[in-house]
Formats: sequence, C-alpha cells, structure tokens
Amino acid sequence: MTNVSIIGLGQTDVKEHWQTSLRHLAWYAIEAALDNAHINKVDGIFVANMLAGPLSGQQHLGALIADFSGLRGVEAVTVEAADASGGAALRQAVMAVQSGLMETALVVGVEKMTDLVGSPVTSALALALDADYETVHGMTPAAVGALLMRRYMYEYGVQVADFAGFSVNAHANGAVNPLAMFRNKLRADRFASAPLVADPVTLFDAAPTGDGAAAVIVTNYERAQDMVPQPIRIAGSAIATDTLAIHDRKEMLWLAAAQKSAARAMAAAGVSHDDIDVLELHDAFTVLAALSLEAIGFAERGEGWKLARDGEIGRNGRIPISTFGGLKARGNPGGATGVYQIVEVARQLRGEAGDNQVSGATIGMAQCLGSAGATAVTHVLSK
Amino acid sequence: MEVSRHWRLNEQRYALIGETCDSCGTKLFPPRDVCLECEAPAKELYTFTGVGEIYSYTTVYEAPAGFAEYAPYTVALVKLEEGPVVTAQLTDVAKADLHIGMKVEMVTRKLRTDGSEGMIIYGYKFRPQLEMA
Amino acid sequence: MDGYRPEDGLMKPDKEVGIVGYGAYVPRYRLPATAVSQMWTDGEGGTPIKEKAVNGLDEDVITMSVEAARNTLLRAQINPQHIRAVWIGSESHPYAVKPSSTIVAEAIGAVPNTLGADWEFACKAGTEAMQAAMGVVGSGMARYAMSIGMDTAQGRPGDALEYTAAAGGAAVLIGPAAESVAIINGSYSYVTDTPDFWRRAHATYPSHGDRFTGEPAYFKHVTTAARAMMEAMGTTSADYDWAVFHQPNAKFPQRAAQELGFSAEQIAPGLLSPRIGNTYSGSSIIGLTAILDVAQPGDRILMVSYGSGSGSDAFDLTVTERLLEVRDRAPSTETYIARRTEIDYATYTRFREKIKMN
Repeated sequence: MTNVSIIGLGQTDVKEHWQTSLRHLAWYAIEAALDNAHINKVDGIFVANMLAGPLSGQQHLGALIADFSGLRGVEAVTVEAADASGGAALRQAVMAVQSGLMETALVVGVEKMTDLVGSPVTSALALALDADYETVHGMTPAAVGALLMRRYMYEYGVQVADFAGFSVNAHANGAVNPLAMFRNKLRADRFASAPLVADPVTLFDAAPTGDGAAAVIVTNYERAQDMVPQPIRIAGSAIATDTLAIHDRKEMLWLAAAQKSAARAMAAAGVSHDDIDVLELHDAFTVLAALSLEAIGFAERGEGWKLARDGEIGRNGRIPISTFGGLKARGNPGGATGVYQIVEVARQLRGEAGDNQVSGATIGMAQCLGSAGATAVTHVLSK
Repeated sequence: MEVSRHWRLNEQRYALIGETCDSCGTKLFPPRDVCLECEAPAKELYTFTGVGEIYSYTTVYEAPAGFAEYAPYTVALVKLEEGPVVTAQLTDVAKADLHIGMKVEMVTRKLRTDGSEGMIIYGYKFRPQLEMA
Repeated sequence: MDGYRPEDGLMKPDKEVGIVGYGAYVPRYRLPATAVSQMWTDGEGGTPIKEKAVNGLDEDVITMSVEAARNTLLRAQINPQHIRAVWIGSESHPYAVKPSSTIVAEAIGAVPNTLGADWEFACKAGTEAMQAAMGVVGSGMARYAMSIGMDTAQGRPGDALEYTAAAGGAAVLIGPAAESVAIINGSYSYVTDTPDFWRRAHATYPSHGDRFTGEPAYFKHVTTAARAMMEAMGTTSADYDWAVFHQPNAKFPQRAAQELGFSAEQIAPGLLSPRIGNTYSGSSIIGLTAILDVAQPGDRILMVSYGSGSGSDAFDLTVTERLLEVRDRAPSTETYIARRTEIDYATYTRFREKIKMN
C-alpha cells in the first residue's frame, strides 16, 4: 500500500483537436485537475508524452507546460515509455510523494497526434518498436498486433470474429462517454469484415489515435483526507519491462511484463482478482486485451477472448473493462492514455462515472502497455 | 541522410551474422552480446543458415513513411532453424500460399531507400524455399 | 605494318584458367509480350519474344547479383576470402556513383582484400569483366575473381525495346583450370565505335538506331568475333557441342547462329530470350549457365556476347568432369525460369516505377 492519494482529476475529450495545440491541451487538463483538487500550486510536474518530438517538432515539454500553465519555476520533466508513458509518469509521481521529496505532484499526459497527417504518423507510432530490427522491415504497431493475433488464432483455434466482443464492449461504453472519440455502437457481425489495417487486424480491431490530455494530482494520504471529500488511494504501483521486440520473447503469447507489474501492484495493494471491480487495460488491439486479461490473471492462457464472448467484461460483468470506451472507443492519445485510465478508474471509485458507472466499485486497476508489453505499468486504486 | 546507423549493421543485414553464447551455446539473432537464455556474454560471431519457417505473418496495408510505395507488403516472424525468431519481410510469395510453418529461406533485398537521393538500404528478407526444377 | 592478323587478337593467359563456379538469377515476374502489344498496337504489331522477366519492387542489380554470386559460391565451395575481385557488368547499376560490387562483395564475404568495380559496356559489360578476371587469375595476381553480368533493363514505353528489356543475369567465378567446371581455352574481342544504342547520363530510357542495331552493329560484331575466335582456335562450328550468342530477342541469335553454321540444337539450351527477354549484360552469360546445367564433360562451348557501342567478346570453353560434381549444389537456371508469376501491364508499370508518384 502506498502512502499516496489522488486529489485532483482533469481531462479533455479525445478527438482530432485541430484548433488546439499541445500546450493548450495540457493546460486544459491541468486547469481542470487543479480546480478539482482546489489548489493552485504543485511541487512538481511529470509530463507523459510519446510523440511531441516527431509530430509537433517539440520536446522539452516539462519547461514548456510548466511555463504555459502558470507554474513557472516548478520541477518538471517528461516521462516517456511509448504508450505506457502515462502510467510511467504517475509511477514517478508516486515515488516522489512516497519518498517525501514532493508533497504534491501533478501528472499530465498529453498527446497531439494530428500535427502531422498520413504515413509520417504511422512512422512516428513505430518509433516505439525496435528501429534496427523491426521498423527497418516496415513494422508498425498494428503489424505487431497482427502477428500476435495470427499466432494466437493459430495456437488457440480462435477466429477473427471471436475477438469482436472486445470492440463491441468498448464502443458500447464509449457511446455513453461524452469525452470519447467514438460514440457509435459497433455491430459484432461487421467486425471481421472491416477494412484491413494489417491482416488480420481491421479498423474495428485497432484503437484509433487521437489528441487529448488528462491530469492527475497526487499528495500524501494523510494530507489528502483533509483536502478533498473523496481522495482515491494509490494502493499499488509497479512497472515491469520485457524484450522490446516480440521476436525475442521465449513465449510470444505471454505478456510477461504485464503479469509482473500486475502481480507486484496487486501484492503491494493486498488485493486479489476478486477484489477488483473495474479494470482499464490496454486494448490498443483486441488481442492485447485478451493477452492482458490472461497475464493479469483474469483468464487462463488462450482463454482471455472468452471473457468477451461470454459478456463478462461489460459494466455488469465479472470484470468490467474499458468502462469509458477504452483505447478502442475513448481513443488512444498515446502518452496520455495511461493517465486517462487513472482518471477513469478514479471516477468509477468516486462514483462520478455517470452513465459509465460500474455500480459499487471500490477497487480498480489500470494497466497500460508500451507497444506490445515491452513496458507494462499497473496501478491499483482504492476508495 | 541516414548513413552510419545502417552501415554498422551490414554484416547482420547482408549475411545474418549473429552470435553464439560463450556459456550455453544459444544462438542469437539479432546479436545482443548478452545471452537471452543465461545472460552470459555472447560475443562469438555465428553465421546463420538463413533457413527457417514462418511463425506468424501479416500483410501491412497502412504503411509508414518510406514503405508506402511497397504496400501492401508482408512481414513475418521467421523461426530460424537454429532457434531465434527474426522479424523480416517476406518476398516472392503469393498471399494465398502463406501459412504458419511455411519453409522459407533468406534472401538479400532492398528494404527501403532514404528518399530518392539517399542510401538504398539492403538487408534480409525471406521467401518460400525454391523448388528445384 | 608488322603483318597483324585479326586472329592474333586471341586472348589467353599464361596460366590456364576456367570457370570454377557459376550461378544464375532471374526474378519471378513475367510480362507477356502480348501485354505490351495490347497496350500499344491493339495487339496487331507482332511480338519479338513470348515474355520477359521483370524484377520485383525490392530487387535491383545488387540484390540479383548477390543471389547469383551466392549460387556461384555454393557450387565452387571456396573460401570467399580468396576472391580478389568482384566485378559487376551492368547498365542499370542502382547508384550512378558508388559501386554495386562492394555491396555484393560484402554480402558474399569477399571483403576486404578484393577489387570491386562496376563495369559498363552496354550488354557486354559482364563478359568484359570475365576477360579481366581471366587476366588477373591467369597472371597469378589472383586465385579467384568473380564476374557478374546483371541488368534490370528499361525500355521506353511503347518502344520496340519494351517488349524485351528484361531483368536477370548470371555470375561466374574465374579460377585455376584445375578446379574448373569449364576451362576457358581463349577469348577474343572485336570492338568498334558503332553508335547503335546508348543512354545519356540522367536519361531514364535508352535511345537506339532502330534497324541500324542489326546489320552494322549486332551481326557484324557477333559474327566477326565468332569467326576470328574459331580461326584462332582452328575450329569450326562442328567442333562445338553448344553455342550461345547475345540474345536481344529471339531472332538475332538464331540468325547469327545460322550464318555461322550452328544448328538449332546447338543453341537450344542457351536460347532463353523467348522466355525471359533480353537480360542485357546477363544475356550471354545466363545462356552459358543454362548450357552448363545440361552439358557433359568434354563438351565444347562457344559464347559470344554483344554490347552496343559496340563490341563482341567470344569465349571458347571445354567442360570438365567437375561440372557433374557441382552442378546440383545450387538452383539451376531453369529453376528460376520455371518460377514464374505473370503480371499485367499495370503491375509492370508499378514495379518498374513508371507511375509518376511526385
């Protein structure tokens, strides 16, 4: 159990924010989080971002965002772990507060995907892969998902249509989330025949990238009790890594880092699977959702997809996932995604989730992955 | 212009030269100097035969910059007969023939070019094993 | 002057040399000549060959040379460190400046103690590289030298050359006669300034003299070189089991053979142009590899190349017992020819980068 609690949440909607710059997006989320925590100062900012360099020609986001948010002078750095950046940045904030070096820390995840368009964006997303041994061969994140999905289908005798439940659930939840990128429902029977991104991954399988920012403010547990009515405890926090390229994994269909970080975070929190009421996982591709459920321990190997088939991942199911739409429907704003997950789980535990509410949620888990689980960050939150 | 980052990998890219673990004998490709199995130093060079089979594959329709002119193209995980799995494109193969377990062999092909005036980057791809006429 | 006779031009090194290994390469794609004639003549214009070989998007003279060179080494089974020269003749080197040969030498493990240069003499660059290799090996400067003739030739859309300009070629490793699968008894070159075909720097497509490429160019040089070669060697067409003449189309080599007294049977195994087109620098050498794929020990072979601009290199070879030992260690020429995927004209224009992308 950490000594760190969440006292402020903020987020923008996820979409193509053509009018809004990277710094404005970050500021909107920070402003909301500061208001939410009823404070106007923090001791440090951890910026989670993946692609501002290649997409917006902008790095050095710590200083930029601290300055633009009126927090000039504060300690501020960027944390990068591909699309696990958000979780990784929160982990740094947890360590800072837990150690006592900071009293209050702000985590802001921000991604501006639309400053470039076309194939350079695909190239930028591929920066998370191994440049010398994957990207040079034309690999993309979707291709990695596709290689895993094809092998999964081969080893476990599963069809493309069997993954449909993940996207259908995500869109059902996204449809009632006003901040979601996609608010349309998805028909299961259309899933397998959608246009291909990287065979067998289709448009209905791959999460869309979008612009967005989310922010979380943390402070120590004792202080939090006096500051806000419903502080959310960060019960467990862990990062683990795996080989950068999937070709180096002895067991390719096993997300070892996802397993390790989940086990460590759950052990720290002192919770078991049955205690977890809501789970935000990294459904960038449906196969990653299935593999994550297996690695975290909600399903046996090769059976993660069955939870989707059997309706167990819905808001009333055994283990609700992607409750605000997940990466698939809320959208995947890269380095901000991990912070969105924390905001969403915290809202569930506060009982502020509106139409997306999982009733009676008291313990939740968020896990984000850098590419196909080379980095995995897991946080367990409790009321 | 990209130059040295490709040049320094010539041996690996042209001839699948990897490494052998000094301690347990595990063959490594890509070379990584520390054994994946036992974490002992692995520095002795080893030239792979280039024969393997498809472990998984995908055809990419949304290509990154520099690859759009080749799309759709097929990328595979190829399990080499010495053990390691490598990521590489498949070439000279009909999509209908693709299957997990297909026997393939290494060939040297153009991977991409650095624009119209930059380097041409050559390296390994795999194709179905030639059937001798 | 000093009584110089044409046959005095015979080139024969002091040390006997031969072909120690050989390897062919033809890309898998085929464009039927009818696809070209449908596009440009309503299919009414006649076709000079059946189909031509076309390289894929990821292939060029370098990648094709690498495979031919690897096949050569599979047969020769020598340590590539003993190769003292890797020479590639081509009119379609991927770089205008930067040797193809260093990339190929690196890929086959012949670096660093090797010469590496790219040769250009239209379609005879590869055979001239063979003669140079004979020189460095025959003089004792080198134990082995690799000579490659390879092209991804381009013809202007709608031009007569578009039917035939093809991709492919072959490599030979020249070395000591004692290790050879075919001993080179001698070589002869006949070269004049005859501008029948050329491509200016920076031009995408070659220009040519149409019917001028025939009589004063191809036929004059090929037949003169062949006759002088035979005169010098004291042979006639009947002394050869097989012959191959540069094959820009199906008709030219057959007519040259006929004029020189060779039968259809003698040129049959090496006559590949109807099925793969004109592989330019590779054209005569790949004909030779196809002959070596079927020849028997003791067989004698005449090879005559032709390069526009113009010149012909003639070679007289005798097959040894060793051929039977090494032949099946690498894919045959026919293996590549039989590996055939037909493409349409639209795919061809994409593969050959004829679609304007920017």
